[in-house]
Parts: sequence; C-alpha cells; structure tokens
Amino acid sequence: MQGIEAIINGKKIIAEPGMTILQAARANGIHIPTLCDHPVLKPVGACRVCLVEVEKNPKLLTACSTPLNPGMVVHTHSPRVLEARRAVVELLLVRHPLDCFSCSSNGQCELQDVAYELGIKESRFADEGDTCRSYALEDANPFYVRDMNKCILCGRCIRTCDSLAQYHAIDFQNRGIKTMVQPPVGKDLENSDCTFCGQCVQMCPVGALSEKTSIGQGRPWEMEKVKTVCSYCGVGCELNILVNKKTGRIANVKTDYTSQTALNEGRACVKGRFAWQFVHSDERLTKPLIRENGTFREASWDEALNVVVGRLVQIREEHGPDTIGFFSSARCTNEENFLLQRLAREVIGTNNVDHCAHL
Amino acid sequence: MPTYRSHVLVCGGTGCVSSGSLKLQENLKAELAKKGLDKEVLVVQTGCHGMCEAGPIVVVYPEGTFYTRVQPEDAVEIVEEHLFKGRVVKRLLHREELNAEAVAHYNELPFYSKQHRITLKNCGYINPDNIDEYIGRDGYQGLAKALLEMTPDDVINEMKISGLRGRGGGGFPTGMKWEFCKKSVSDKKYTICNADEGDPGAFMDRSLLEGDPHAVLEGMAIGAYAMGADEGYIYCRAEYPLAIKRLKRAIAQAEEYGLLGKNILGTSFSFELHVKEGAGAFVCGEETALMASIEGERGMPRPRPPFPANKGLWGKPSNINNVETWANVPQIILNGGAWYASMGTEKSKGTKVFALTGKVKNTGLVEVPMGTTIREVVFDIGGGIINDKKFKAVQIGGPSGGCLTEQHLDLPISYESLTGAGAIMGSGGLVVVDEETCMVDMAKFFLEFTQAESCGKCVPCREGTKKMLDILVRITEGNGKPGDIEKLEYLGNQIKEASLCGLGQTAPNPVLTTLRYFRHEYEAHINEKKCPAGVCSALTNYVIDPAKCIGCTKCARICPVGAISGEIKKPHAIDTEKCVKCGACAEACPVKAIARR
Ligand SMILES: Cc1cc2nc3c(=O)[nH]c(=O)nc-3n(C[C@H](O)[C@H](O)[C@H](O)COP(=O)(O)O)c2cc1C
Ligand code: SF4
Ligand code: SF4
Ligand code: SF4
Ligand code: SF4
Ligand code: SF4
Ligand code: FES
Ligand code: FES
Repeated sequence: MQGIEAIINGKKIIAEPGMTILQAARANGIHIPTLCDHPVLKPVGACRVCLVEVEKNPKLLTACSTPLNPGMVVHTHSPRVLEARRAVVELLLVRHPLDCFSCSSNGQCELQDVAYELGIKESRFADEGDTCRSYALEDANPFYVRDMNKCILCGRCIRTCDSLAQYHAIDFQNRGIKTMVQPPVGKDLENSDCTFCGQCVQMCPVGALSEKTSIGQGRPWEMEKVKTVCSYCGVGCELNILVNKKTGRIANVKTDYTSQTALNEGRACVKGRFAWQFVHSDERLTKPLIRENGTFREASWDEALNVVVGRLVQIREEHGPDTIGFFSSARCTNEENFLLQRLAREVIGTNNVDHCAHL
Repeated sequence: MPTYRSHVLVCGGTGCVSSGSLKLQENLKAELAKKGLDKEVLVVQTGCHGMCEAGPIVVVYPEGTFYTRVQPEDAVEIVEEHLFKGRVVKRLLHREELNAEAVAHYNELPFYSKQHRITLKNCGYINPDNIDEYIGRDGYQGLAKALLEMTPDDVINEMKISGLRGRGGGGFPTGMKWEFCKKSVSDKKYTICNADEGDPGAFMDRSLLEGDPHAVLEGMAIGAYAMGADEGYIYCRAEYPLAIKRLKRAIAQAEEYGLLGKNILGTSFSFELHVKEGAGAFVCGEETALMASIEGERGMPRPRPPFPANKGLWGKPSNINNVETWANVPQIILNGGAWYASMGTEKSKGTKVFALTGKVKNTGLVEVPMGTTIREVVFDIGGGIINDKKFKAVQIGGPSGGCLTEQHLDLPISYESLTGAGAIMGSGGLVVVDEETCMVDMAKFFLEFTQAESCGKCVPCREGTKKMLDILVRITEGNGKPGDIEKLEYLGNQIKEASLCGLGQTAPNPVLTTLRYFRHEYEAHINEKKCPAGVCSALTNYVIDPAKCIGCTKCARICPVGAISGEIKKPHAIDTEKCVKCGACAEACPVKAIARR
C-alpha cells in the first residue's frame, strides 16, 4: 500500500493509509497530548486535549479521531491550539482535587503530565470552593477503590469494559456537571455486572480508579516490571508483576495491552490481577512435609520424593495399578499435565487420570 | 359523498386540546345533532393554527369566521346563533388585546395576512388523520412526479435549484447533503427525520407533525428515492404523544394506499418508515447523538468525520433532515425549484417558520419569507409589545442563539444576516423581550438550560458552561467581581472553539451576544450592584412611591413579615432590611405605587 503524505508542523511526513492524525504524528515522532485516547480503544474525541489546527478547516479537530488525509497541513502546537488546549486542561482542574501527594496515580498520572507539558500550575478559572469533594470514596469491595472526585470523565473505563472486558457493567449517567460513570441506575458496583477484572482500573489515566491491593505498596517509580505468566489457570495470561525494588515484594499486577507476546491481549481476571497476596503469605508451604503418626514434620525434597516413590511402588505391587489415581491441576501448565498423565499410564500403568476441573 | 353547507374547523393541536378543544368538539356535535343540523354542518378536527395561546380556535367556513378562546360551553351559542340563525357570535371573535377591536375573518388578521404559508399551508385546514384531505390538496403528487417522471439526479438537481437549506439549525444546503449521501456506495442507506425539537419554547415541528404529517412522510419518501435509501426513521420526542399518534396513523394510511412500503405507486421503489420515540434530551437532537439513540445507546454526540452521509445509522450512509426541511420537499418537487427560489434572499431561499413568543401581543407560529425584517415579524405580525412597553431585544435561535437589538429591527432575516449579528437562525425560536427583562438574567436562564442538557462528554462544554453559569449566578446575586466579564468572554470563546458538538459550540452565544449589546447591564450588576431592569432579586428592593401612595394600608396588611409601616392616608414605607421580596405588596397596591428598583 502507498503511504499518505502530509505536512505536520512544517515537516513532510509519510503515514499508512487509515491512520488518524494522532497515529501519523506518533509514527513520525511528533508528540500530541491526549487524555481520553488509548491505542487499543476506539477514539471518541471527548477530552479535547489533542485538538490540532488543520489548514483550510475552520474548526480545530481532534487528532485522535480525525483520519489523516493526503496533503493535510497540520499544526499541533500553534498559538491557537495551545490556547484551546490550555483552556480545556484548566477547566478540568477547576473541580479536580489536587491530592497528588498521596494519590496512587502520582508519577504516572496523565493529567499531571498534560498540565506539566502546558506549564499549568493552577486553573485561572477556579474559585474558592470549586474543588469537587462531594463524592464519597467507594471502597466496599476488596479489589479496587473508586474516587469519583478525581474522575475526568474520559470514558476509557467504559470503553474498556465494553470492548475488552465485554461485561458492559458501567456507563455514563446524568447530564451536565452531574455526569458520572456508574453501573446501571440504582445498583452499586458490588451488585452489578462488574466481575472486578480490574481492566478499567489499569486503563484509568488518573487516580479515580486504583487497586485496593496496591495501597501503600510503593510509588510507581519504585517498581520493577517483571513479565510472567499467571499461575492461576490454563489460559496463561501474560502479567507484568510490579515488584517494589526497595522491599522486594510484589506491589501490584498490571497487563500490557500492546504486548506482542500476550495471548490475553492485556486482559486478566479478578484472580490474576488482585489475588497475588499468597505469594508473601506466612502460611505458605515452602518445604515438603511428611506426615508421621498424624503430625507433619519438615523434610527435604529428596526424602519426600523418595517416600512418594516408595509408597506408589508398594501400593501397585500389593493391590494392582488401578488402585492408584492421579489428579492434576488447572494451575499446572499443559506440559506439566501432559507429563503427569504419562507418569500415570506409562510408569504406574493406570488410566485413572483426572483433573481438578472435574472435582 | 355527502355535501355540507358549513364546515366547523376545531383545532386539535396540542395547545388547543389542553385548553379544552376535544370537549368543545363533542359539545358542538351534540348541539348540532339536537338541532338536526348534523347532516348540514360538519365538525372537522384540524391541526394547529399557530395561535395556540388564543385557543381553542374555531373557524367556520365558508365565511372564514375566526373564533378564539372558545370554551366547551360556547358550543350552544355557536350552534344556536351562527349555524342556526346565521348571526356571528361577536363575543367570541378574536381580539388582539382585551379592548381591541374584534376581527371577524381569518384573512383580516394581521397575524395571518402578513404570513406566507407554504410549509404550514395545510395546518389548520385539513383533518390530519385523513389522508384523503391531504391528497385533496395536491398531496403525494410530488412523490408521484418524482417516481414517475424524474430520475434521482433530477430530484437532487431540483432541490439544489430550490436553494432550500436545513431548517434544523445549521442551514446546510439540502440538495448538496442529499448528493453526498447519494454518492456514498452501500447496500443499505437510511433517511431520518429529526423531530426531537428540544429548544425550550419551540413548537413548529410539533405543530407540523400534528397538523400535516403526510407532508413529512412524502418529503422523506422523495428523499429516499433520490438518495437510494429504502428505510427511514422519524425520531420524535416522547413528549409529543399526539404527533406520534398522528404519524403512526399517517404511515398506516399511506401504506394502505401504496404510497409507502413495497413497490410504491407500482414502481420498483420501496420505502419502509418507522417512528422512534426519543427520551427527550436536548442533545439527542444533535444528529450523531440522535443516531446513537436510535441504535439504543446513550445519546452522546460522536466526532465527525465520519459524517452521516458516509457512516451514519448503524454505520450505513444516512441523511438526516429536520421536520420543516422535509415538509418543504413535496412542494418544491411539485412546483419546481425555481418557484421556491423565487422567494427569499440571495442565499436564503423560501420561507421559515418561527415560534414567536415573549412580550408581543400575538404569539404563535409564524411563517414568513426569508428576508422579512424583524420589525415586520415583531410589530406587524406580532402586533407590537404588550401594554405598549418599549421593545428591547429578540432572542433568536433559542439557547444556541443570540439576542438582537433595536438596531437590528430592519435586518432582513436570513442565515447570513443573523450569524453576522451574532445570533443564529437555529430552529426558529423567536422570543421578544421588553424593557422589563434583565439581559444577564436571560443569559443565565439559557445557560442553565444548556449546562443541564450538556451530555457531559467533552470538557469545555461540561465544565466550561458550568463555570460560566457560576459566574452569571454570582453576578445576578450581587457578588460579581471585576474581571468577570472578561472571564465570561474568554471562556465563551474557548468553549465555542473546543467543544465537540453544536451544543457546546453555541452554548455561549446568549452570553456573548448580550455582552456585546448590553454590556452596560453586566457592568451595572457588577460595579454598582444594580439590576437596571429591576429583575434580579438580590439587587433590587421594593419601594413605595410616596407621590403615588394613597395610604390605603393594604400593603401593610398583606406583608407577611410586617415590613411596611405608615399612617392611614399617609404615604407608607418599606423597611428593606425586613422585606423578603415576596412582591405581595406590589400586587395588592390599588394605585401601583410599589415597584421594584
Ligand atoms: C444540541 C443540538 C440540538 C439539536 N436539536 C435539533 C432538533 O431538535 N431538531 C432538528 O431538526 N435539528 C436539531 N439539531 C441539528 C441537527 O444536528 C442537524 O443538523 C439537523 O437535524 C439537520 O437537518 P437539516 O439539515 O434539515 O437542518 C440540533 C443540533 C444540536 C447541536
Ligand atoms: S489524579 Fe493525578 S492530578 Fe489528580 S490528584 Fe491524582 S496524581 Fe494528582
Ligand atoms: S472491573 Fe472489569 S467488569 Fe468491572 S467495570 Fe471494570 S472492566 Fe468492567
Ligand atoms: S474513572 Fe478513570 S477511566 Fe473512568 S472515566 Fe473516570 S477518569 Fe476516565
Ligand atoms: S459539546 Fe456538550 S453536548 Fe456536545 S458532546 Fe460536548 S459535552 Fe456533549
Ligand atoms: S415584598 Fe413582601 S416582604 Fe417585602 S414589603 Fe412587600 S409584602 Fe412585605
Ligand atoms: S485524546 Fe483526542 S479528544 Fe481526548
Ligand atoms: S394548538 Fe390550536 S392553534 Fe396551536
């Protein structure tokens, strides 16, 4: 396919057909700030932060939603654009509680980034008493916390739930200044269709949604990202474990929507995302135990395995191989399950193989 | 078919129905039957006459006698006097004002004689529930001509010649819009009629749908033929139950006659039409939000491009026009584009229906050729300002529009002239304002509306109109600060610049135009803490004019907080500290000595 030629900020660029102005700019190393846009979500043109000036067009256009046409002459940082962009961000800040000190989003907050980029210290339009503190913190569930005072109504959570999670659990409600993201009227989150998969939480550009499980576990810049596969089920979701470099402990679990290697394409379920506390549990078994006379004692792996081998051989000899059955687990990999059934059929000589999903 | 010597047309529009016209019809029929006149006189229920405030309206033909404010009880007298004895019931003739001279005939009324009714030609004349009456007045001949004698390109060409522009607000040339949609290649296309009519005070679309539904159906069928669509939707607000009922009946009748549905008039053209009830949000009138709403989603505007002509309803090429736009189509096709283009100004052709309201003597629906001056509308058709107060301004275009002042009275109305003056044609709301209206308060009223109706999607509209409203509220409450005017102007311009849809892009207009023409009123509120029109309650006090006061003590007795003192037969005075500004005293005063200042 032939590339599209256009001019952005006086520079000739080439983009793939079908690209938006934003995509084309990015592909050519030109930065345009965004808030409501995300590469894996459908653009909606809501936040107006990506407005650009396109010559011969009387109106400013949103870069995230406007396709790049051949020959377009685009200005991403003209005085007119910057004026509008600044007005938009300052309007967002009128009601926004500036809680950056203790906000979970601090350091990765896209609103902070845009304000920083535009050199905004405070909103020219804010008056005393404007800051939104009227919504109670919603933290009834064990998984994530909603602070609607910080919500900028970008709708990314809604689109995530619709198109990625596909639970359609939340939507905009009310109009005007009372607009809010909510589950259907009259329901609280805990009694809605929300499965607490947490995908919306990760998508939120600000601190309106945050993982309850990561509160106090460290700041974004203290984290080391460790790519791994979820240990819960056979789907094998790719996860990015965030490990606090100071404490060496897991602080949070994220996924990568644009990962080339992830078959889950950034999705994960409530367990994979939130139920990692067992890793650091005091009650976790870290050594094999052997039961003698009704009580357990610690043993080495060699000793424990020898006991298992000895007993299996003994039972097979005394009672025959079909008195033995093997149960494997959904938390094992396919390869591990394959090996287990070979052990059953080829070494012990029984077809008694089953899986925890049948229990 | 039986023939009748007289037809009694009783308005069955929403306005007259709510003032009792259904009962009136019943009574008329019963009285006629009693007198044995029911074989000679036919009672016909019509659509709106456009003079709803003077309803219920009755017109007796062949004389054309025009009765207004007819109560159900009046049926006896009308039958006895007029229909039996042939004597006009003078008491029920229309009067512009209480003591004005009565007008006997429909066409003597300046309200009607200065109008030029094309879109409204059937409204008030025919029974909208009877397709034969529509056909009797050239109905469906435009469709027949298009289908049998014209190619789709011919139709579009004729629309282009007519110069018709969208009556829903934007004023986009209709022929051009149709051409875009026709050129879009697709297995499926839709035509849509926008009958959301969310502007407060607007009711032209409702009256058209109630009074002449077939004109809209015929227009849509012609459009569908021209653009290659086979399915259409009429998106009508659920608050218009009568319009919806009449539309559904009209569709059923047209289908029965083979004028809608499969193989219309025996040709290969088929067109299926649905009515979709809207949930009544103002923003659902915005075309992309309207389509989202038909699709069952929350009515929120979508960014354009893609434009509906390429990707509209359910991703298919779609054309959306306003009720009035569609209603113009049959006559344009029947009489030719040149006929239509002979009316109006250079760039704004044909006629436009306005909902004239506010402080004029005659309020109601008014259809005038483009190019008519505001003076003609307000003073000739509207009869001037009530109580002969001073004209101050007109607000044109509802919450998206702006105000025009005395200096604009001789402005010929067209899309360009209004936009140039800072207002817009909008859907045609025209509110007349007199000296007793505070312009800051009026701007606040419109902004309250747009802020509450903002869909909440985009930042400038959602947050910006709220901030502007906050500033207006504080100004009207006497807490305005220096710099507020500049803030309003800056915010207004940025909201217009950065908002996603037309709602936000026009919401600041009422503020910006009042600032342009009545800046001194804002300044008086902020700097002198005064409301020149005497409206804003925080900035005004009730004062007794000692020269007028006769000391009757009525005010002192009625005041709920005992704020008035004075001796009998001596001028009284109000203690402004105590006064709660309820206004009871001013109403009670027999000599109008108490005013707000
Ligand atoms: C907030 C908003 C409300 C609107 N409401 C209406 C409406 O009630 N009726 C209407 O015909 N057009 C309305 N419009 C205009 C429509 O978006 C659209 O331009 C129009 O229906 C096109 O038809 P036309 O070309 O015949 O005017 C509205 C636009 C906006 C931005
Ligand atoms: S969401 Fe961002 S801007 Fe808001 S308080 Fe948190 S870090 Fe600060
Ligand atoms: S947690 Fe998952 S299911 Fe719940 S709202 Fe967010 S995306 Fe939807
Ligand atoms: S909760 Fe977060 S993602 Fe959802 S709309 Fe608010 S700011 Fe956007
Ligand atoms: S301008 Fe207002 S109504 Fe239109 S999309 Fe934005 S918020 Fe919604
Ligand atoms: S306005 Fe009401 S409270 Fe004030 S003086 Fe008159 S009657 Fe009394
Ligand atoms: S990123 Fe384009 S409008 Fe929000
Ligand atoms: S409803 Fe009767 S005149 Fe309008």
